[in-house]
Amino acid sequence: MRSVGGGRIDRTRTLSFTFDGTGYQGFDGDTLASALVANGVRLVGRSFKLHRPRGLFAAGAEEPSAIVQLETGAHTLPNLRATQVELYDGLSATSVNAWPSLTVDLWSINSLLAPLLPAGFYYKTFMWPKSLWHAYESVIRRAAGLGRAPEQPDPDIYDHRYVHCDVLVVGGGPAGLAAALKAGRTGARVIIVDEQNELGGQLLGNRQHIDDAPGTDWAAAAAAELAALDEVQVLTRTTAFGHYEHNHVALLERCTDHLGPGAGGLGTEESGAGGVRQRVWKVRAKQVVLASGAHERSIVFRNNDRPGVMLASAAAAYVNRYAARPGHRAVVFTNNDSAYAAAADLAAGGVTVAAIVDARPEPGPAAVELAAAQGIELLVGRAVVDVKGSRRLEAVNVVPLDESGAPAGGTARTIGCDLLAVSGGWNPCVHLHCHSGGKVTFDAEQACFVPGESKLAIRAAGGAAAKFDLAACLDSGFAAGAAAARNAGITRRGHARKTPVAQPETPAPPRQLFYVPSPKRGGDTKAFVDLQHDVTAADIALAVREGYESVEHVKRYTTLGMATDQGKTSNVAGLAILSEVLERPIPEVGTTTFRPPYTAVTYGALAGRHVGEFADPVRKAAMHHWHEAAGAVFEDVGQWKRPWYYPRDGESMKQAVDRECLAARNAVGLVDASTLGKIDIQGRDTATLLNRIYTNAWDSLAIGRSRYGLMCTEDGMIFDDGVTTRLGEHHYLMTTTSGGAARVMAWLEEWLQTEWPELDVRLTSVTEQWASAGLCGPNARRLMDEVSEDLLLDAEALPFMAMAEGRVAGLPARVFRISFSGEVSFEVNVAARYGTALWTALMTAGEKYGITPYGTEAMHILRAEKGYIIAGQETDGSVTPIDLGFGRMVSKKKDFIGKRSLSRADTARENRKQLVGLLTEDETEVLPEGAQIVAEPRPMPPMEMIGHVTSSYYSANLGRSIALALIRSGQSRIGEAVFAPLPGKRVMARIVEPVFFDPEGQRLHG
Amino acid sequence: MLLISCPWCGPRDEIEFSCGGEAHIARPENPDALSDQAWADYLFNRTNPKGPHAERWVHTHGCRRWFNVVRDTATNEILAVYEMSTPRPEGQSTAPGAKARAT
Repeated sequence: MRSVGGGRIDRTRTLSFTFDGTGYQGFDGDTLASALVANGVRLVGRSFKLHRPRGLFAAGAEEPSAIVQLETGAHTLPNLRATQVELYDGLSATSVNAWPSLTVDLWSINSLLAPLLPAGFYYKTFMWPKSLWHAYESVIRRAAGLGRAPEQPDPDIYDHRYVHCDVLVVGGGPAGLAAALKAGRTGARVIIVDEQNELGGQLLGNRQHIDDAPGTDWAAAAAAELAALDEVQVLTRTTAFGHYEHNHVALLERCTDHLGPGAGGLGTEESGAGGVRQRVWKVRAKQVVLASGAHERSIVFRNNDRPGVMLASAAAAYVNRYAARPGHRAVVFTNNDSAYAAAADLAAGGVTVAAIVDARPEPGPAAVELAAAQGIELLVGRAVVDVKGSRRLEAVNVVPLDESGAPAGGTARTIGCDLLAVSGGWNPCVHLHCHSGGKVTFDAEQACFVPGESKLAIRAAGGAAAKFDLAACLDSGFAAGAAAARNAGITRRGHARKTPVAQPETPAPPRQLFYVPSPKRGGDTKAFVDLQHDVTAADIALAVREGYESVEHVKRYTTLGMATDQGKTSNVAGLAILSEVLERPIPEVGTTTFRPPYTAVTYGALAGRHVGEFADPVRKAAMHHWHEAAGAVFEDVGQWKRPWYYPRDGESMKQAVDRECLAARNAVGLVDASTLGKIDIQGRDTATLLNRIYTNAWDSLAIGRSRYGLMCTEDGMIFDDGVTTRLGEHHYLMTTTSGGAARVMAWLEEWLQTEWPELDVRLTSVTEQWASAGLCGPNARRLMDEVSEDLLLDAEALPFMAMAEGRVAGLPARVFRISFSGEVSFEVNVAARYGTALWTALMTAGEKYGITPYGTEAMHILRAEKGYIIAGQETDGSVTPIDLGFGRMVSKKKDFIGKRSLSRADTARENRKQLVGLLTEDETEVLPEGAQIVAEPRPMPPMEMIGHVTSSYYSANLGRSIALALIRSGQSRIGEAVFAPLPGKRVMARIVEPVFFDPEGQRLHG
Repeated sequence: MLLISCPWCGPRDEIEFSCGGEAHIARPENPDALSDQAWADYLFNRTNPKGPHAERWVHTHGCRRWFNVVRDTATNEILAVYEMSTPRPEGQSTAPGAKARAT
């Protein structure tokens, strides 16, 4: 049903496509929707809940029914509106909500059950008994669902771009073009965006004239002028989907979607194409002009959802823009003047217009003239009250209306038709205005919500400001563009140009008619307000009867406006019906809030380039390549990759870790400690800062000596720990946990800048400037002696917790006698660039001493054998130093961050969870970390849980498993038996002191 | 996303900053002298107003300096930006001493 000529389609370029497996043809310039119209396809979807047959309803973003799944496999996209999918050759689409097929939909049984499936049906029925909800849910999800998300990795490339501008114009229709021209001519930096493939907006779909020529000519000239302006950026196929604080506007540019799958991404050899598929623009605009137009409303009546019932402007757009006839014989049903032009357009496009049914007793004189000129029968003061036909419209029933807008009685006149073009007036598209808190007010005369107050620099023009006739639309666009440029601080005025002239119209006011009640009993259960979510007039009345009066509650109970279209065609009608039921005026009923996005945005676009290896930075130590070559298995510690263990020919993890642990205590072990956070602290008041930050005292620390410290937050809970060394009079080096380095640095800066600006202290992060190799074990000193030239390493010259500077393997180094293993240890720090040189020198010289590199797993076991804690493993933000047995390290003499909190009733009580060791009865049993501990086990929960396991390993050095745990009053329970109830078994363990190896510390000081 | 004028770097997107909660809460000189109630007030209780709210921000991914902002919590309008050491400005929309650059 394609007209012979006309339309913005290229008849020389035929495109093939499939819909639900059937092949069709369309032309370049078509949307999927217009191509389906041209092919006479009426049934395009099934409704969400009742599976009623649905046809195309609109021609743009507001389409509620024609929801399709595009393509298959990795390129598939769910829930696209067929009206916004540009046709390309080979396109394949399926309807989303039918099973097994669109024409034979078994779930359409729901439609017959409609009277039994009112609002709240699921809440009332399937929530009882509760235990069966999961069984119900899987069936309901299948019956009521939309498209399916892709299951394969996305092969395409997405991008983000940040940009600032003076004026952002949203919408490229007549008002938007006028605003962009006016602002652009001043030299302002302007961005104009439009969701369609070309500029022009409504002019593309109607036959209005500007300057005595087709409006599309003017739009083309405007587009050409904008393209020539240096500071103006035109973005078509781009949707402004969200308006946020401080005029931050997010745009989605669809760069290659109109070319089909594979056009973006890496491309193919044949196509040679490729590149960014979609791009999110994050625009910071000084001024926003909202020229987003208006959406036509429908009118609610019985069976108003049948395929063939369509918005009048959409029917006209299919005829005008795509030369595609949505029917042979049409009836136009309206409450305002705008549908008369649509009726004329249909007639001009070859559709027989049987009648115009106008709800108003007296339509505007211009409208009456237009109908007369076309020879169309005009039925005034009447309304369509019902339609005939199921999968295809067959006829409409027309009745007179009384003054209240209800059917006045008498026999209905039946008019045969296969298209009903409905216009219930227009809603300004105020979504973006509302996203960031802008208010709307109700314009009673035009029966619509218009943009009201906003805190942001945003102004509406054209249809978005309820300027529905073309002349007013252009005027408001020019005025908005001029004001926006001026308010953006542009003082230059653009060249004066001739103002384009459109035929001024004086439309008669619409009649406030949102809903024609059905005289049939129960008829309102088929009068659809929200087509996508199957919400009827009866559902709204039911919600009120059941006590929901607030518009927000009615919305949630009925799900009105909560579908993927966010109620673009249904919200206002729903409010109007609610206001009638509540007998309150519409402004008092209020509105629901529009939230971003305006139309759906793919996750790919939101993620942009931040996927895969770019999702998070990866940090590697200086010796990373050595570890890789040695076959290390890595684990993530924060953003760091740390060697976890180094398996040798065919070793299991346990075998490798056992070997590493034994070597560290019996020969010499080598660990990469480079990732430990390191903060260089200088200044006269450094000791004062350390005193305030750490729980212990720092005044007496000598130069060249180190001390272990615990940091708390102000609530008294352990936050981080580490060793700090005094390098000079006013010079210290603090170490932190690997994962906590940035947090500690920020913490110290915060206190220095906000609370103690008088302290003379400067902080520098030097984590990445130093590489650090830790030697430990009985052979460590001999090896150090061999590789160092000028260092005295005996226990007197360099005791535990001392530091010396000298040369190691010929490299300038700092050597620290600190230990995380309980063995004699030397931590050698060299400049990061020497890291690999140091490491290989130690490995070479250490070979004869049995040197064994060990990873984080062995490191954790060695420290657990000694009961050394890890902040973040033994602590979780609810653990104090005293809980861990560090009471000695909590100074009584000075104040420090968190001290006062340690004497609060809850932190001072005796029965807090305390750190203890656990030894399982079965020495081979390794408890899972996190396991709950009970004193009195029972066959079934609930049981009183008295603590949990924080660390648990198999210790090769002890030949048995060990665990650390936090247990209520644990220190007074030493020796008691406790239990870990685990799936399928119960493990008994005995509470012991949390030191399993060398409790006297003889090896450490040796 | 807010646009925040760092006193040192000028207007930047919110993602560069971190918010440090309510401003002008001085750490007590002698915490040991406080009752549990008074200490809990310092530690936990905040004003949480609907309207202008003085709060601390740090330019985490920029100059790493802390500063104060008066932000209307209902509209997200930023009413003042001023340095840590400056008292909260009364009434005016820009504080004396704020070096917000117009870019």
